[in-house]
Amino acid sequence: MSTMTKQETEALIQEVLEVYPEKARKDRAKHLTANDQSLEKSSKCITSNRKSLPGVMTIRGCAYAGSRGVVWGPVKDMIHISHGPVGCGQYSRAGRRNYYVGTTGVNTFTTMNFTSDFQERDIVFGGDKKLDKIIDEIEMLFPLNKGITVQSECPIGLIGDDIEAVSKKKAQDLDKTIVPVRCEGFRGVSQSLGHHIANDAIRDWVFSRAEGKEFESTPYDVTVIGDYNIGGDAWSSRILLEEMGLRVIAQWSGDGTLAEMENTPKAKLNLLHCYRSMNYISRHMEEKYGIPWMEYNFFGPTKIEEALRKIAERFDDKIKEGAERVIAKYKPEWQAVVAKYRPRLEGKRVMLYVGGLRPRHIIGAYEDLGMEVVGTGYEFGHNDDYDRTIKEMGDATLIYDDVTGYEFEEFVKKVKPDLIGSGIKEKYIFQKMGIPFRQMHSWDYSGPYHGYDGFAIFARDMDMTLNNPCWDSITPPWKKSGSAMSVAAE
Amino acid sequence: MALRQCAIYGKGGIGKSTTTQNLVAGLAEAGKKVMIVGCDPKADSTRLILHAKAQTTIMHLAAEAGSVEDLELEDVLKVGFKDIKCVESGGPEPGVGCAGRGVITAINFLEEEGAYEEDLDFVFYDVLGDVVCGGFAMPIRENKAQEIYIVVSGEMMAMYAANNISKGIVKYANSGGVRLAGLICNSRNTDREDELIEALAAKLGTQMIHFVPRDNVVQHAEIRRMTVIEYNPTSKQADEYRALAQKIIDNKKFIIPNPLSMDELEDLLMEFGIMEAEDESIVGQTAAEAGAAA
Repeated sequence: MSTMTKQETEALIQEVLEVYPEKARKDRAKHLTANDQSLEKSSKCITSNRKSLPGVMTIRGCAYAGSRGVVWGPVKDMIHISHGPVGCGQYSRAGRRNYYVGTTGVNTFTTMNFTSDFQERDIVFGGDKKLDKIIDEIEMLFPLNKGITVQSECPIGLIGDDIEAVSKKKAQDLDKTIVPVRCEGFRGVSQSLGHHIANDAIRDWVFSRAEGKEFESTPYDVTVIGDYNIGGDAWSSRILLEEMGLRVIAQWSGDGTLAEMENTPKAKLNLLHCYRSMNYISRHMEEKYGIPWMEYNFFGPTKIEEALRKIAERFDDKIKEGAERVIAKYKPEWQAVVAKYRPRLEGKRVMLYVGGLRPRHIIGAYEDLGMEVVGTGYEFGHNDDYDRTIKEMGDATLIYDDVTGYEFEEFVKKVKPDLIGSGIKEKYIFQKMGIPFRQMHSWDYSGPYHGYDGFAIFARDMDMTLNNPCWDSITPPWKKSGSAMSVAAE
Repeated sequence: MALRQCAIYGKGGIGKSTTTQNLVAGLAEAGKKVMIVGCDPKADSTRLILHAKAQTTIMHLAAEAGSVEDLELEDVLKVGFKDIKCVESGGPEPGVGCAGRGVITAINFLEEEGAYEEDLDFVFYDVLGDVVCGGFAMPIRENKAQEIYIVVSGEMMAMYAANNISKGIVKYANSGGVRLAGLICNSRNTDREDELIEALAAKLGTQMIHFVPRDNVVQHAEIRRMTVIEYNPTSKQADEYRALAQKIIDNKKFIIPNPLSMDELEDLLMEFGIMEAEDESIVGQTAAEAGAAA
């Protein structure tokens, strides 16, 4: 058996912590644990959502990234102004592969960067007037936009720009939804607070404006919340829901629109994929409009079947039958995928370190391929994420919160996984260490990975990465003992 | 003579701008070439020299021109009484933007444009109220003002402010060359004011460089947007400013201050009867309780 015992995992954690100064060691010890499936609450074993230590190379983002990049960015028919200096918007532009349908620059704007491009004078005199002017210019140049959001960069919070006043005034002048978002990067400990702030902005500036809007309901109206359509994820999810007889009235926020967000309070059930980034708005809709919400997992056939049945249980027999029909229809497809790839991937061990929902949600998809996730962790998770992770992970596997560059490398050296799934900054380090790697934020320019269609791509990608012939060439011929070259040299 | 850069700090309303302009007039009269750099968004540091309401500021000109890089030195530099050069950093109206950043931008602009390379003996920075943020500490950072004069009076809050400013000087004295050069007492006619400020100066390790008495001629000059030396050169008050100017010319006592603790400062104030000794027994006592006790 390749997995470690609890004692071995704990000893590894101690060994890795050894190099830290005492204060840092004490702090980091709380973020690392050997999984114990018997626990119900993660608070017994792990601390999360705390400030990162200086100097450790955290992999986290900021509140602006959480709002502009994650929650708001994909809303395709709105224009999102990065309010502040040019860099925040420009260097994060179009990086997240939120696919969408539309004509960019005409009726959709997701991959574009709008910024107020702050200069010295805007800092000194404030950027309110400039913001007002930008909104007018946007209206003139992009009249098909459905609304505008103002995404605050750090200086906005420092100089006290009154973006709310400008937004209110312009919303009235233009009769459009204009949303100020106070997501200054220095707020909070990670992008997580940015998600929360962005959710609150939807509550305060979108829902309030949409009340009384006409909408023709059906009993089967659901929404997909927390799917950012990376590489088309939401599309390969949506078809399954539609095939079982449900009507998807909104996608949040991948390939989503303002109108869809406005219609969401009319849904019968909110389906929540990324709990971390959109649980806040789901809870709000439950309290205010009485709309129930449930989490689901569309990674890998086992979890998909589970999810489809769980969703169907909330509806009548027609939908339940629909779910069974969908499950039966796709069974031969995914069985063929498993038959093809499982023999090539069986027994391979994976370490993950990503954000949002993936550190726990993808585990099932790997297991469907006969693989085992031996270590996982969240960049910006909270304890309710770890609560949901304990049962998914095997006993004594490694769990690491806000892992540092050093810890991650050391864990990998000791655990020796066959595959690592993490972000772009980690990719080349581990590849240079000779370990196959998948970029699991943007699916390494592939995808979708959600749904049955996504699973086929997921399985192919994992195989082509793990079984790529390049890994046999890591050791140069002259270092291979008994190789033809070393023989020839003698 | 090498250029001497001086900054004037002190509690808001203490008379920094008035004192600065009057003493600078004294320096100019003594043949010194002087520049005043106003570091306050109100831009009232040069009005007595220029006979103007408020000088057009660097930041406002920059905002009009597009950016500060589009400005030339002669656009922002005005010449007034006795060839005193005047610039104002400027900044936003209260409640918007960042005035501190305006000061930083303006001073960097002056340096880059070589405003200090000209034939100057003195630069005076007249800085807003207290050191509220990093921007207003700009004049005392490395390679800027080396001499700090604090305008103070015998009032309690003015002395608190002087002590706080001294703490700011200590911070930058350790990394740069800034030194406390003296307290200027701008009299409010409080009891034993000169002795009190002498005592405070001694505790801080500095000097009371001059005691400027209170005189209505200052206000008379001010409503005419003039310095006393220009308005009424033969008045007694004009001589006071001349004396202050001469003392600054001759000043050699530049020190790293030794700020007082709160207790020390309060002891000093009690010694001079400005503050009553605290009665610990009444702390947290309501009026009703006090009534019952009596």
